[in-house]
Amino acid sequence: MSGLTKVILITSALGLAACDNVTGGNSGGTSLNGGGAGSVADETSPAYFNQEIGDRVLFVVDQSSLTTQAQGILLAQSNWLLANTDYTVTIEGHADEQGTREYNLALGARRANSAQEYLVSRGIASNRIKVVSYGKERPLEICSDESCYSQNRRAVTILTGGLTG
Amino acid sequence: MRTFLTGVLLAAALLAPATAVVAQNGPLRIEITDGVIEPLPYAVPSFIADTASASELSTQIARVIASDLSGTGLFREIPASAHISKVTDFDAQVQYADWKAVNAQALITGAVSVNGNRLTVRFRGYDVFADKELDGGGLQFTGTTDGWRRMAHKVADTIYSRITGEGGYFDSRVVYVSENGPKNDRRKRLAIMDYDGANVQFLTNSASIVLAPRFSPTGDRVLYTSYESGFPQIHVMDIGKVQRRVLSTDDGIMSFAPRFSPDGRTVVFSQSQGGNTDLFTMDINSGKLTRLTSAPSIETAPSFSPDGSQIVFESDRSGSQQLYVMAVTGGEARRISHGKGRYGTPVWSPRGDLLAFTKQNKGRFHIGVMRTDGSEERLLTASFLDEGPTWSPNGRVIMFTRETQGANGRSLLYSVDISGRNLKPVRTPDGGSDPAWSPLQN
Repeated sequence: MSGLTKVILITSALGLAACDNVTGGNSGGTSLNGGGAGSVADETSPAYFNQEIGDRVLFVVDQSSLTTQAQGILLAQSNWLLANTDYTVTIEGHADEQGTREYNLALGARRANSAQEYLVSRGIASNRIKVVSYGKERPLEICSDESCYSQNRRAVTILTGGLTG
Repeated sequence: MRTFLTGVLLAAALLAPATAVVAQNGPLRIEITDGVIEPLPYAVPSFIADTASASELSTQIARVIASDLSGTGLFREIPASAHISKVTDFDAQVQYADWKAVNAQALITGAVSVNGNRLTVRFRGYDVFADKELDGGGLQFTGTTDGWRRMAHKVADTIYSRITGEGGYFDSRVVYVSENGPKNDRRKRLAIMDYDGANVQFLTNSASIVLAPRFSPTGDRVLYTSYESGFPQIHVMDIGKVQRRVLSTDDGIMSFAPRFSPDGRTVVFSQSQGGNTDLFTMDINSGKLTRLTSAPSIETAPSFSPDGSQIVFESDRSGSQQLYVMAVTGGEARRISHGKGRYGTPVWSPRGDLLAFTKQNKGRFHIGVMRTDGSEERLLTASFLDEGPTWSPNGRVIMFTRETQGANGRSLLYSVDISGRNLKPVRTPDGGSDPAWSPLQN
C-alpha cells in the first residue's frame, strides 16, 4: 500500500462535566436598588434615601467628573449617611454600551470612585463605602440611543447593612 | 497550463494588483494574499466504509471536511450530484479524467473503519490536473469514535496545509461567553465548543457575570473574569477537570482583562484601585504581583507578543483610547495607533506580524488589523458594535463579538478572514460574546 506513511493517535475529546458548584442569581448586584425598605415618609428609611434623595448620579459621555446636579444628590446622600450611621454602601459604576468591554469596566470604576470621593470629602468614613464597576454589563435602559445611554452612565449608591441587615 | 489557472490569473489582472494566485507550473497551491480570490474547486466524495459499522461516519466525516474547507472561502466544493466517478476502492487508481471533467482541481478520498469504539480514517489528496497525489501522500488517523469530528478536522487541516502551505486551524476550540435573556437581564456563562460551533459544553452556570475567557498557550486552562465574589476577579479553570480557583484574592479590588504569557507562567491583567486602572503581571504559581504601569489614565486589555518580550495594551493617557506597546517588564510605552477614532482590545497575532484591534469612529465599530508598529492599518468589518477580536491558530482568521442595535439587540460570534473576506456568523445555541480561539490541538 503506497503512501500511508504516518499514524497519528488522536485521544478522545475532552470529557467535560457541567460545573455546578456555583449558586445564586446572575443579577450581579442590585442594579435597580429597588424602591427600598420602609416608607418614603420616614426620612430614616432606605425608601426615602432611594426615592427622595436619589440613589444615583448620571454622567456625561466618557466622563467621570460630577455634574452640579450629581454633586447635589451626593451631598444629600452624605447628609443622610451621616445621620444614619448603621448603613454602609456599595457604589456601582456603570457605562453605556458605546465602548469596549474592558474600557467600560475601567470607566465604571472611575465613576464609582468619583462618587466615593465626594462622599468621603463630606465626612463619610471610607470604610463604610465599597465600589464596584459593572462596565456595560448591567444597563437599565435597553434602547440604543442617547435617551437610554444617559440613564445607563451612572453611579448607584446601594445601601447595605443597617436595618435591612 | 490548466484552464482554471488561466481563469484565476486573468481575474487577477482585471480585478486587483495583489490577488490570490495559483502557482502556474508547480504543485497545486493557493497563495493566500490580500485581495480577490477565486475559490479552488474540489471534490470530497463520501469516504468508503471499510466496516459496516462505519457507513454513517464515512459520510459524516466527508461532510465535516467539506464544511471546513468551503468555510474558509478559499475552496468551493463540486457537489456529489455532479460527480461522474464513484470512489469505491481506496487503493484503486483515481479516474482523473472524470474529475477533470467536473473541474475538480483537488480530490480527497478516504476510507473509514470502526472496531468497537476505535475509529481509523485513511485519506489521500489528489492534484487532479497533475494526475498525481498531493505531496505528503496518504495518511491514517486513529482515535475513538466520539472524536470523529476531530479526525475530520485533522484531515481538512492536512489538505488545507498542503494546498495553501500554511498551518491549518480546524482542529481547534473556542471558549466564549454564552448569553441569554434581554439586555437588562442578560445571563452569562462560560462555554467551550469546536471552532465550527459543534460540541458546545458549558463550563459555569449563569449565577455570576463572567467575562472574556482566554486560553492558556497549551489550551488546557482558561483565564476569565467572574463576579462570583461580588467584585470582578480573575479565575483560572482547568477545563479538563472543570476545576477553578481565584487568582487574586484581595477583597474589594477589581481585577479583569487577564491573558496568559506565551510560556503559560505569567498572567497580565488590569487592576482598578481608587478609580484608577493599571496593568500588572502575576506569577501564576507564586502569586507574585508586579506593577507595570502607574499612571492616572486607564491601562487595560493587555496582550503578550508571541515571543513574550512585549505587551500591547490600550490606554487613554493621550486623552482618548489608543494602542501602546511596551516591554514585558513595564517602563516607557510607545504609541502605535494614530488614525482617527479610538482603538482598543489589541491582540497580537500568533505569527507575531499583526495586531488585531477594535476601532470606534463616528459612532461605528470596526475590527481591524495593523502591523505591530501601527502601520498598514486595515479595517475588516463595520457595524453598530463589533469588538474583542481573537486569532485563529494560523493567524488567518479573526473571530469577534457583534452586537446588534436596539432594545432587542443580541450578541453573536462572527468570523472574518484577515483580508476582510468571508465574514460570517459562527453558530452557537444562544447568543455569544468574548470568543477566544485555542491553539491547534495535538
